[in-house]
Amino acid sequence: MAYTSHNLNDTIVALATPPGVGAIGVIRLSGEEAIDIVNQVFHGKDLKKQTTHTIHFGAIRDDSGRILDEVLVSLFVAPKSYTGENVVEVSCHGSNYIIQEVIQLFIEKGARTAQPGEFTLRAFLNGRMDLSQAEAVADLISSSSKASHSIAMQQMRGGFSDEIRKLRQQLIDFASLIELELDFAEEDVEFANREALKKLVEKIQAVLRALIQSFKLGNVLKHGVNTVIAGRPNAGKSTLLNALLNEERAIVSEIAGTTRDTIEEVLNIKGVEFRIIDTAGIREAEDAIEAMGVEKTMQKVQQSALLVYVFDVVKTQPAEVQADLAKLIHENVQVLVVANKMDLNPYTKFEHYFPKWEVGSGKWEVGSGKWEVGSGKWEGSSPSSDFRLPISDFAWVPISAIHGMNIEYLKEKLFEAVLSSDMALEGTVVANVRHYEALQKADESLGRVMQGLNEGVASDFVAMDIRQALYFLGEITGEISTDDLLGNIFSRFCIGK
Amino acid sequence: MFPEYDVIVVGAGHSGCEAAVAAANMGSRVLLATMNMTTIAQMSCNPAMGGVAKGQIVREIDALGGYSGIVTDHTMVQFRMLNRSKGPAMWSPRAQSDRLLFAQKWRSMLEQNPNIDFWQEMVTGLVVKDGRVKGVRTGMGLEIPAKAVVLTNGTFLNGIIHIGEKQFGGGRAGEKAAKGITEQLVELGFEAGRMKTGTPPRVDGRTLNWDAMEVQPGDENPGKFSYTDTPKLEKQLPCHITYTSPEVHEILRTGFDRSPMFNGRIQGLGPRYCPSIEDKIDRFADKDRHQLFVEPEGWDTVEIYVNGFSSSLPEDVQYKALRTVPGFENMKMFRPGYAIEYDFFPPTQLKTTLETHLIKNLFFAGQINGTTGYEEAGCQGLMAGINAHLAVKEEEPFILKRSEAYIGVLIDDLVNKGTKEPYRMFTSRAEYRILLRQDNADLRLTPLAHKLGMNGLEERLERVRRKEDAARDIEKFFREYSVEPEQLNRYLEEQGTAPINQKVKLHGILLRPQIDIPALRRLVPGVDIFLQAYEPEFVELAEINMKYEGYIGREREQVEKMNRLEAVRLSDSFDYQQLHALSKEARDKLTKIKPRTIGQASRISGVSPADISVLLVHMGR
Repeated sequence: MAYTSHNLNDTIVALATPPGVGAIGVIRLSGEEAIDIVNQVFHGKDLKKQTTHTIHFGAIRDDSGRILDEVLVSLFVAPKSYTGENVVEVSCHGSNYIIQEVIQLFIEKGARTAQPGEFTLRAFLNGRMDLSQAEAVADLISSSSKASHSIAMQQMRGGFSDEIRKLRQQLIDFASLIELELDFAEEDVEFANREALKKLVEKIQAVLRALIQSFKLGNVLKHGVNTVIAGRPNAGKSTLLNALLNEERAIVSEIAGTTRDTIEEVLNIKGVEFRIIDTAGIREAEDAIEAMGVEKTMQKVQQSALLVYVFDVVKTQPAEVQADLAKLIHENVQVLVVANKMDLNPYTKFEHYFPKWEVGSGKWEVGSGKWEVGSGKWEGSSPSSDFRLPISDFAWVPISAIHGMNIEYLKEKLFEAVLSSDMALEGTVVANVRHYEALQKADESLGRVMQGLNEGVASDFVAMDIRQALYFLGEITGEISTDDLLGNIFSRFCIGK
Repeated sequence: MFPEYDVIVVGAGHSGCEAAVAAANMGSRVLLATMNMTTIAQMSCNPAMGGVAKGQIVREIDALGGYSGIVTDHTMVQFRMLNRSKGPAMWSPRAQSDRLLFAQKWRSMLEQNPNIDFWQEMVTGLVVKDGRVKGVRTGMGLEIPAKAVVLTNGTFLNGIIHIGEKQFGGGRAGEKAAKGITEQLVELGFEAGRMKTGTPPRVDGRTLNWDAMEVQPGDENPGKFSYTDTPKLEKQLPCHITYTSPEVHEILRTGFDRSPMFNGRIQGLGPRYCPSIEDKIDRFADKDRHQLFVEPEGWDTVEIYVNGFSSSLPEDVQYKALRTVPGFENMKMFRPGYAIEYDFFPPTQLKTTLETHLIKNLFFAGQINGTTGYEEAGCQGLMAGINAHLAVKEEEPFILKRSEAYIGVLIDDLVNKGTKEPYRMFTSRAEYRILLRQDNADLRLTPLAHKLGMNGLEERLERVRRKEDAARDIEKFFREYSVEPEQLNRYLEEQGTAPINQKVKLHGILLRPQIDIPALRRLVPGVDIFLQAYEPEFVELAEINMKYEGYIGREREQVEKMNRLEAVRLSDSFDYQQLHALSKEARDKLTKIKPRTIGQASRISGVSPADISVLLVHMGR
């Protein structure tokens, strides 16, 4: 069962520039198929006909013809390249979203994500590097793989890997039963129930496909964290937005969503992308057009994962704040209550606005309604009968947007809000692509298992595909089963004459 | 008195015999030293060869020029191809042999080999000089010089037999244990361990009530092991099946307090997959019966082997319990089962040639390496014999890859992972089992052995060529020959598969899981006429190649991916400790095991993919 992770014959792909948002991201491919793979999605000159060490402008389109990005492609034909193989470097615009989409497209076309240090490894194996350089590379590999391991481990704390681990264990149990049938055919052993196995395979495939889908369209990966800034007119929403963006002008980019009609601001805090949507001010609508604007704001809030409610500590009354929040909050949204213009009214306190809020008690009252931690229910009159604790005492963020006061603190809070929520599971994008690949391969193997079972193929062949599926699932959970099957058999079944 | 031998083989069990033959047929002058010439090739446990994964090994031994297959074919009393209902990777030949004939045939085949001399005496030590073995020392104080030595001591090294509370030294029932070798090896720096195995009682067939048991006959059309022209089995003996019961278990439990297994007297670890009967009822208390296979020991004897009743309980408990088993009510016992503890040397001390790292030209094979089974022992003997010869001639060693043979899997597992319990082969240990089939062992291995210069392979090699040609011709025929809908449609529908609308090529029809060549032969006269010119085994190979092309192709792809790493050689003398980018565990393991290739290194437990990257960078091209 020792499938190796070191296949040195295929084409590998990875982001060559540091991850995170920069002006430009360079995606590098190396391997025999590198030029072919890029050529399939590159709209411009036929790359296969170009000479080495040339640069070409063109568009990367996906299968549906959608332009992902306009790029510059640098060609290095073997052996005159960094790795000694065919190398293509694709310079795209430096958004994580674009980069990941492009990398994913290359993978769909036959590339594989590179292991840590693999470009350099190939360079060495192909004689493009001497031993003293290689010394340094060796240390780099061992340290970078440790780093990637710890990233992977961070993600593994999440729920989906637990689920995969559980399903994988069930699959191991089945595989053991099948191996038992095969290796101990002569003995009085139980047999694997094919129908139950099919059901399990279906179940695992459903989970894998949902995950594949979620990675493909993954919110964080694609949109960042949807964040809505809402508040009454002139509460300082735009000033706040500018304050947030001004601070980070260098790492802010505008992304015109090709399928979207609005322009959203993207803010990067410690590697987490926030797609910030500014909204029309909320108030009692006075005409139909304004009502539509408010309606739209409410929609945006409904779709968002994070709500930044801004109010003016000079003009807005506590009752108004409470009423706004009661309207805006919904299930699955994290809320930050931002008290703006604190420079004008520096003695404003949390207690003024939420007098019935007992700090740390987990109780909140608005109007005649009451909410209590653990009850999960809003009692009395309220806009929604089941929402969770909308704010905590820590979500109170006093600022002055115009003076940039406490903006760093607000960012801190935004970041914490993401960490504390389910959103945190989405993890970093690079590792996601790795998982994505393993998920897809596991799904493929399971597809063959299913086909084999349906066609009544002999169990040794089915077992072969199950083993491959186990291997790829193991890549996700970090467990590689070498002697898993036999160990499992011996511990569970009475074998032996 | 003695010339300087090329190779001395110590021990004449399955491993020793194959080692002697292999070295001799490679051209070495060989001395086979055994404590007792009358017990050469003794089947110490059950009188059977083959079985799942083991049968594949016997065929591999035969393909490489070993004798186990030939001897079995000449001496079997029953043959069955196990797992026929499963895919061809699982088809496994198994034979019951006549225990006495088996040993006799082996001895006569050895005696016919002019390159093999014999010496009957206990070998008590090795002659070692400057880290190189120079010969052996015997109980009488003789020194026999040799350029290489293969140790195949089986269960004899400080063997202790346990029956209930009794225990006595011995290598096998009625034979004394071997002393001296372990002590010397430990002194030389080897690490030694203890293992345990067991054997069931032998009983008097005249006292059994056969009607109370199920009959298990041999195959109607029995096959054989050897690719050579060995005789076909004409007459067979049946085996029988019976079961233990809660009453039997109850009686057995009364002896637990006197069991050496449970009172801690046995230290060695026994095999989990070959547990004693007391172990089964202890560990799987919820099972109220266990299957027993009642196997004949030969054509002309009433002795019966009770497979599944291995035990070291006191003989009176064994006797009482066995008499409660259906069919055994009047049973008389020839001898009780027993457990035996013996020394072994963790095989991580070996190279993939089975030569020890510590002493040059000293080889270990068989149970001394912690394995169990005649087949596992035999194939190691063969590989050690070949490599001893090659070492003496200072030629490149002969190593089988995991993708080439079960033998390759076995040795690779042993030297890289070691083993805590007696190691037995299972098909699940092989990652490429669809390639490692019993039907193609000759295609895989005979050309390799022939290239090495092994004598006596001409007949097998010629057959390999014919077989390959036949498979190619038959496949061509299937790809070109068309069938009409009316010839097949009724059968296709009966089999629950879609009928055809127009003429199609046979090949496409054969790919359907419900369809096989025998059926096509019945339905399409042209097919039968064409195939009559070919041996059944050749037709079978063609069918497997065609039907399972996709699976075979995918395994081949995986093998190719692996092979690039297998080709990167590592030097034995490389200092892993100076490579700080490696993990501490990897440094230690690599230093100890000294892998030959990066591929091998990647299979050592504790060596991670990152470690392999680091190694690749250093070793490079």
